[in-house]
Amino acid sequence: MVDTKPLLPASNSTGSYLTGSGVNSLKPIKVYLTIFCGLLAVGLFAALLIGNYWSDNARIHGSLASSTSKRTHPLRPVSRGPAQGVSEKTSGIWAGVSRGPAQGVSEKTNRVRAGVPGNILPEPWNSTMLEWQRTAFHFQPEKNWMNDVTGPLFYNGWYHFFYQYNPNGAVWGDIVWGHAVSKDLINWFHLPLAMVADQWYDKNGVWTGSATILPDGKIVMLYTGSTTEAVQVQNLAFPANHSDPFLIDWVKYHGNPVLVPPPGIYKKDFRDPTTAWLTSEGKWRITIGSKRDKTGISLVYDTKDFINYEMLEGELHAVSGTGMWECVDFFPVSKTEEKGLDTSINGPEVKHVVKVSLDDDRHDYYALGTYHEKNGSWIPDLPEIDVGIGIRYDYGILYASKTFYDQNKNRRVLWGWIGEGDSEAADMEKGWASLQSIPRTILFDNKTGTNLLQWPVEEIESLRLNGTEFEKVEVKAGSVVPLDVGPGSQLDIIAEFEIDKEALKKATGSNITFSCQTGRGAAKSGALGPFGILVLADESLSEQTPVYFYIAKDSDGDLKTFFCTDLSRSSKAPDVDKQIFGSYVPVLKDENLSLRVLVDHSIVESFAQGGRTVITSRIYPTEAINGASKVFLFNNATETCVTASVKIWQMDSAFIRPYSDDDDKDDDDRKSSAPCLLLCPINYIVSCVTCLYFICHVSKFS
Amino acid sequence: NAFRPILLLGNQNLIERTCKQTPFYDLCIWSLKSNPESRDASVKKLARIMVDSLKTKATETLDLIDELLQDGLALDPEMQKALTSCAERYNAIIRGDVPEINEALKTGDYKFAAKGANDAAIEANSCEIEFPTKSPLTDMNKVVHDVSVVTASIVKIIQTKFSF
Repeated sequence: MVDTKPLLPASNSTGSYLTGSGVNSLKPIKVYLTIFCGLLAVGLFAALLIGNYWSDNARIHGSLASSTSKRTHPLRPVSRGPAQGVSEKTSGIWAGVSRGPAQGVSEKTNRVRAGVPGNILPEPWNSTMLEWQRTAFHFQPEKNWMNDVTGPLFYNGWYHFFYQYNPNGAVWGDIVWGHAVSKDLINWFHLPLAMVADQWYDKNGVWTGSATILPDGKIVMLYTGSTTEAVQVQNLAFPANHSDPFLIDWVKYHGNPVLVPPPGIYKKDFRDPTTAWLTSEGKWRITIGSKRDKTGISLVYDTKDFINYEMLEGELHAVSGTGMWECVDFFPVSKTEEKGLDTSINGPEVKHVVKVSLDDDRHDYYALGTYHEKNGSWIPDLPEIDVGIGIRYDYGILYASKTFYDQNKNRRVLWGWIGEGDSEAADMEKGWASLQSIPRTILFDNKTGTNLLQWPVEEIESLRLNGTEFEKVEVKAGSVVPLDVGPGSQLDIIAEFEIDKEALKKATGSNITFSCQTGRGAAKSGALGPFGILVLADESLSEQTPVYFYIAKDSDGDLKTFFCTDLSRSSKAPDVDKQIFGSYVPVLKDENLSLRVLVDHSIVESFAQGGRTVITSRIYPTEAINGASKVFLFNNATETCVTASVKIWQMDSAFIRPYSDDDDKDDDDRKSSAPCLLLCPINYIVSCVTCLYFICHVSKFS
Repeated sequence: NAFRPILLLGNQNLIERTCKQTPFYDLCIWSLKSNPESRDASVKKLARIMVDSLKTKATETLDLIDELLQDGLALDPEMQKALTSCAERYNAIIRGDVPEINEALKTGDYKFAAKGANDAAIEANSCEIEFPTKSPLTDMNKVVHDVSVVTASIVKIIQTKFSF
């Protein structure tokens, strides 16, 4: 605070007061000088206050504006804000790695549109709707296109996530490797690109690959490159510096490629090498998907050094009619223990999973079977549900999934790419496209013996805020019950449903085979279904996304349960995906029907029976967004009442943002209060000195 | 090259056989045959010719939209809004879908070619339904939509039948 005392005349010990004529002529000067000092002091004080105000504002927006490239697109969301009841964690601007404007987005504004100002979004979209679509706790880069996970791993205290990324736009193309790290699989730091298309052997695409962690802890990465001639080859890469916990820099082996398409395999049907596992001979073994005519196959190679390979005769497995096998995954699961297994584990207590992504129908399939190490082959337990023709990881749009063994917590974790269901025009407006699923643990379902159980990693529960419980709510036939939980865009929902046992017995059977796709959605009533929950629904239910069970009874009286998600009324917009997804879900005799749903803006992940059947979908409402988005229970069955017990948590946002050197929150605080701390004493001292100086001089003259 | 199917009957027949597996036979035949490069083309080349046709038609449509918008004073606000919206959609076809399809065809990751072609059809269709009354773009939207669908069909053939 400025001390006003200097403005008062100091008592003069010399006693030489102003007398006589000298006083009269000097008085005005003293007055003017006093006024001048006063104004100076006030001015400096005001400058101090204003400076403080500016620096306060800078602190709030500081983490976004600081050392970074300009925001290139007005639609990119900054923060969800308090309306969602969530904290102000934001995904900030990429720090220190300049990407330049996303060409596909900003250039369009150069087009001359005579007489049409401002908003040029395709109908019915506006920026509020599009901004809402960005997720709060699902991994996504700040902008542009992403697809497959590549080489996920845990190393030296950090989970690493690499992904197919297009640095130039919101469509697939110009693919390079993005990179992010996390301590908990939920909060992420974006890092610089790990690998770009800078060699002849990956000039047309640095595609998917897998990591193998060697016994000495070192990492090797095998990945597919699309060469200058668009031939698919396998390349070797490894971290430039193993003591960098962030593994920022990567080195490509100078002798790449290490594998080229073998005789009989077409040059564009050879991609996505797996994590290697040890054979009993101490060699490393990998498998790579391909096809012969319409038969999907997976080739097997042995290597000692990841540089020289011998191809095994025959294949790991083949299934006719399935077409090209992409992103093959091969791993053991424990039959007896609820934990993950290192990829090299084998033995009687173990089953092996083969998983494939089918290029033809864009779905991920898996099957359980037995691995025969001698000839590197695998036989499915049940050929009728062989890989590619049987069970899917996800009955929604998850694709190109891959697991890794998390040695940090002894679990096998699955990542899956979730594409968009909206139009490319909207993606270009948003400036981004695609998400990843929340990582899921994979366990053998020993109750069915045929399925895997997928469940969101437990770390997601750290985002749970206040929870609301609804116990034994009766939902009569043909009714809808609102669940008042506040905003409905970021939720974790767990629900259990009880059906009246008598109704199950008495219900009329039908000889029509039910499927979610042909069942015509949640609006079509049956005797014992559909019933479940409505998410991303507005008050009037003009937009709604039902996640539900349907119990079908055939003419023999046998019951079969289906789990579906119906997008047909999820949005009023005409240009978004409106399919009905789902499948049969095995329900055992003593089991209640249970589901878990993660709602995170435009993504809904639904899990039935502890993750035995999973559906991931993308939802693009025009009205059921922000505060208008609600949750309901519904029962559209005609012959049964349903009793539901539900627990719903609001979900906080995760930290998913670029890593910068000043990542310390304390630093930010110190920086913005620095001006104040500097200005205060300076102002004070200058004011005092100035005034004292003039007063002394004036006094001298008197 | 061991993977070229033996063309016993000449390439005309390949064009016809390919177009028969698309829902718009006549449009398919016309688009391919009017391009001299289709004469000795493989199925994959036929797909690329189709994508070129898509790009040409989409660009023509966008030029027409721009022309109509230049006529700013003569348009009512609803028409203007729909045209501007359509411009965004056609922009997405030309700057997003077409490059995506081409890169996918070149590198052999065909599902992205299918994605681009399918999206182009959706954009053209979405444009058409935005006009509350008479659309000035009906014919062109239909052409772009149908060419996109033909492209998607040919991609499907490549994916499932040939190693091209």
